[in-house]
Amino acid sequence: MNDWDRFVFSFFNSDVIEQYLPSIVDGFFLTCLLAIQIVVAGIALGLVLALIRSLKFTPVDLLIVLYADLLRALPPLVLIILFYFALPSVGISMSGFTVVWLTLTLVLGAFAEEIFRAGIVSIDKGQWQAARSTGLTHIQTLISVVLPQAIRITVPPLTNRTIAITKNTALGSVVGVGEILNQATTAQSFSGNASPLMLGAAAYLLLFIPVVVFGRWIETRFAWKRQ
Amino acid sequence: MTNPYLLDVRGLHKSFGHTEVLAGIDFQVAERELVFVIGPSGSGKSTLLRCCNLLEEPTSGTVTVDGVDLTAPGVDINKMRQRIGMVFQSFNLYPHMTASGNVTLALRKVLKQGRAEAAETALAALERVGMADKAEAFPNELSGGQQQRVAIARALALEPKIMLFDEPTSALDPELVGSVLKVMQDMRESGMTMVVVSHEMQFARAAADRVTFIDGGLIVEEGPPEQMFSNPTFPRTREFLARVAHA
Ligand SMILES: Nc1ncnc2c1ncn2[C@@H]1O[C@H](COP(=O)(O)OP(=O)(O)OP(=O)(O)O)[C@@H](O)[C@H]1O
Ligand SMILES: [Mg+2]
Repeated sequence: MNDWDRFVFSFFNSDVIEQYLPSIVDGFFLTCLLAIQIVVAGIALGLVLALIRSLKFTPVDLLIVLYADLLRALPPLVLIILFYFALPSVGISMSGFTVVWLTLTLVLGAFAEEIFRAGIVSIDKGQWQAARSTGLTHIQTLISVVLPQAIRITVPPLTNRTIAITKNTALGSVVGVGEILNQATTAQSFSGNASPLMLGAAAYLLLFIPVVVFGRWIETRFAWKRQ
Repeated sequence: MTNPYLLDVRGLHKSFGHTEVLAGIDFQVAERELVFVIGPSGSGKSTLLRCCNLLEEPTSGTVTVDGVDLTAPGVDINKMRQRIGMVFQSFNLYPHMTASGNVTLALRKVLKQGRAEAAETALAALERVGMADKAEAFPNELSGGQQQRVAIARALALEPKIMLFDEPTSALDPELVGSVLKVMQDMRESGMTMVVVSHEMQFARAAADRVTFIDGGLIVEEGPPEQMFSNPTFPRTREFLARVAHA
């Protein structure tokens, strides 16, 4: 066997690929499911928190700031380990899937809150004054006038952050979630061959390249000429 | 308890932190009156206007509009603001909505008009300012003068009792000023009560019933335009007018 053959044998071994493809496909779908639930819940959480913060109830604001700062500072893996291994000792036990979903939703929520918040405060005061002067309430102004403009500004940073955080679903392999990386490393140790890792990488590309492209499309779609 | 004034401001003080911007303003506007407010930059003109619809909360004093004291507890300020139109120097149109959308928003959300009814009301308001043919245009497709006329239509559509203008033409290229002043002239002729902060002295001469000069958060003097412009009482007024005339 020359070097090239050895390379192909270890990384692109067709027998191994054939054998473990189904489990990687399972991992792919589980990762999709997990990612979608994180994105939907995390962005919704961030938006709701940003809206609450715009109402300026000082004590509530402080809580939200504390939450956002903590979750942005802690590595997600630390939280996952904490939730999965420490919480059962106080009687709360969750499946690995739930722990990963909850952790990454909270983390995405924290980042999304800050991004939405920055978008909201960047809207010119004149927009608020114009809307309020016609009798719109604070909430009506926020929803009909400020948010639609703020969201356009937040699309690029939010897309980037969302992608970065959903990639952390790979941390699920630490707590037994059968997502892509877990399936790939398991298959690798059973087969003693690195080909499943290549499959795993391909699965991640398949999952995230459309998301990146979609993010770029949405960015051009939402960028409209400023006055 | 009938108040002869549509707008009646009494003992108005406004401070931002430790700086007192309005230092006790008494200011009355009768129905159908057009009052011009002039004064140096930073004298508190915009703050006074914003206190008239409580966009700015007065530190003390009362603001009575159409017989209702806006500073009294329990007043539905959003309802009162329908009766007080406001036009801004920077137009402040909603950039994500068409001209028509800008006008219909409050009609739908505040007056609870249906989609069709609101569109009809908006078109009539845009017609009044000569902008009906641009109803479907977005703000960034309009000139400054056109944007300002749409902003006026947005306020007019709610059928306010009084309109407040904060330097409505200062952000416009000189050749576009006329179109906005023309709309304001039309409104005046149809009997609208108006308070106008502006440096358009010619327009003041032609259209104002009264000119009010503010400096340092106080009304220095007021009177009919001829008197104010040709024979003001106070040196401060004279100096200001001389400066504006040379600008
Ligand atoms: N929200 C605010 N916070 C702090 N200070 C403010 C605020 N709004 C206005 N001021 C101050 O109040 C003073 C009066 O401002 P205002 O805008 O009412 O003046 P103006 O007469 O409209 O001036 P201009 O002709 O430049 O528009 C200024 O010194 C300004 O810096
Ligand atoms: Mg001003």
